[in-house]
Amino acid sequence: MFTGFMANAWLVGTIVAVVAGVVGFFVVLRGAAFPAHAIPNGAFAGAAGANLMGLSPLLGLGVFSLGAALGIGALGRRGRSDAVTALALVTMLALGAAFLSQSTEYEPQIFSLLFGEILGVSTSQIIPVAVLGLVSVLAIGLLYRRLMLTSLAPEIAAARGIRPQVVELMFLVVLACSTTMTVPVVGAFLIFTLMIGPPAAARCFSDRPGTALGGSVVIALLTLWAAIACSYQTNWPVGFYVGVFSASWYGVGRAYLAWGHAREAKAPSLPTEKLTAAPASPR
Amino acid sequence: MRFLLEPGFFASAPVRTAVIIGALAAVISAVVGVFTVVRGQSFAGHALTDVATAGGSGAFFTGISPLVGFVGGGVLGAGAMDLIGVERLRSRDVATGIVLSVATGFAALFLFLDTSKSATTGATQQILFGSIFTVNSSIVPYVVAMSVLTLIVLGVIYRPLLLSSLSSELASARGIGIRRVGLLFMLALAIAVGVSAIAIGSVLSTALLIGPAATSLRLTKNLRSAIGVACAMGVATTWLGILLAYDSYYWIPSSQGLPVSFFIVALILLAYLASGVPAVRRFAARTGPDHRLSHLASRVVGTRRSRAAN
Repeated sequence: MFTGFMANAWLVGTIVAVVAGVVGFFVVLRGAAFPAHAIPNGAFAGAAGANLMGLSPLLGLGVFSLGAALGIGALGRRGRSDAVTALALVTMLALGAAFLSQSTEYEPQIFSLLFGEILGVSTSQIIPVAVLGLVSVLAIGLLYRRLMLTSLAPEIAAARGIRPQVVELMFLVVLACSTTMTVPVVGAFLIFTLMIGPPAAARCFSDRPGTALGGSVVIALLTLWAAIACSYQTNWPVGFYVGVFSASWYGVGRAYLAWGHAREAKAPSLPTEKLTAAPASPR
Repeated sequence: MRFLLEPGFFASAPVRTAVIIGALAAVISAVVGVFTVVRGQSFAGHALTDVATAGGSGAFFTGISPLVGFVGGGVLGAGAMDLIGVERLRSRDVATGIVLSVATGFAALFLFLDTSKSATTGATQQILFGSIFTVNSSIVPYVVAMSVLTLIVLGVIYRPLLLSSLSSELASARGIGIRRVGLLFMLALAIAVGVSAIAIGSVLSTALLIGPAATSLRLTKNLRSAIGVACAMGVATTWLGILLAYDSYYWIPSSQGLPVSFFIVALILLAYLASGVPAVRRFAARTGPDHRLSHLASRVVGTRRSRAAN
């Protein structure tokens, strides 16, 4: 289970889970679940297009995910950003449908682009994944204070002269970067799942941003490791286990929260809601 | 002319079915879509398509009717989203995301089982992208029935829905059960999305739900005329898209043809981008009735009040 091709799967899985845990924390904090879903899904069309033209799928993914991020960022400033995100998503998916109709792709290859094939990762794929993952985490590190301030205390951010639109655009670009690296490995749907469930669960367990961020990474790692193990044993797709496990984590988190509230009701104390995000306002 | 209208367009039975189903899906999506955009629930609308897709692929695997799978999946998803917490704006995003995660997990499993059962059917592509030309004409009556049902539900909750969409404080002050209205709307949304997903594929159903509605809301200032414009725009883009896709079989030497969804989405995107151009907006403002959307809430309250006074 830990030798041969499985060694690659564990290594790539670990990188992906760490990146998804870090980036996903801000996705949940900023209420950016829709872009986080739209960018990887749309980027899948880029891979299909690159395939058709005989280019590297990584190139197609990069162009499409970056294009989606910039499009959502630019058009979303005016008008309703969620409607713009939906339009960007369907535009890319329609292009993907057009590319697929022209190519003679086998069904399993489409499936693996959407749902990933982590058990079939080759050694040559690990380097780009590691590099892009490192870039994403470093970028988040550089943006950390600005991301926190614009999400949690928009007034303070404005007082310090931080422009929320610029931060939003940079965050979308980081999202695109982490998408490009992960889609060929784990699929468009899986990365979204890892970016939502674990961070949302971690926020139930802790109010402190740093602790919640760490918890998000730990839960993402546990989820993906367990999913790889189960997938290896049963031969069912990894995506299924990741979806079910990460949602279960969220369920556990909500139960913990409810238990905490019940206990607080018995012994009333000062509410410590440090991590109460203001509704994200990208406009 | 021959370039525009290839011979045999109206004689072909699949095209006739496509024209009917496409128009139905466009109208129902446009009506539900205007409320979806006003309420800021585009993500939920799109997520429900994916949830319906999971239901559809499950139905494909278990052999039950795909219509039951699509609509049942959507309704279940809408219920789950409501249960986790759509009532608070902040947690709505996460609730939608969690339901979407579980749904895509099951979609992955069902599609995997589908493809391993028979590799030749093209289940993944069929379910995700659909093809309006391959719709079985036997589902038309069901689509009509479901569409009418959705319209009736929306008609019944029209006023409370409108008020709670524009100002939830005002609505709750008037004694409207926001939670109940929201749930009913989510169910209507689920049915509409499920029906159009089975008819035209899940990609296209999101496009028809959001595109015409977002465009018409930028052009008109009255909700009723926004619904009307969105319906007209949805039907027009759908029919034009079908026509272009039919013609495209003759454009490319490989005679593969381009999918309908590609043309419809391209037309919708063009319309949306055009609606942002100031000249187009001025033209629409000159020709259309000028009632600001925000005034609508006070008008609704006003009519209520006068009725109460009587």
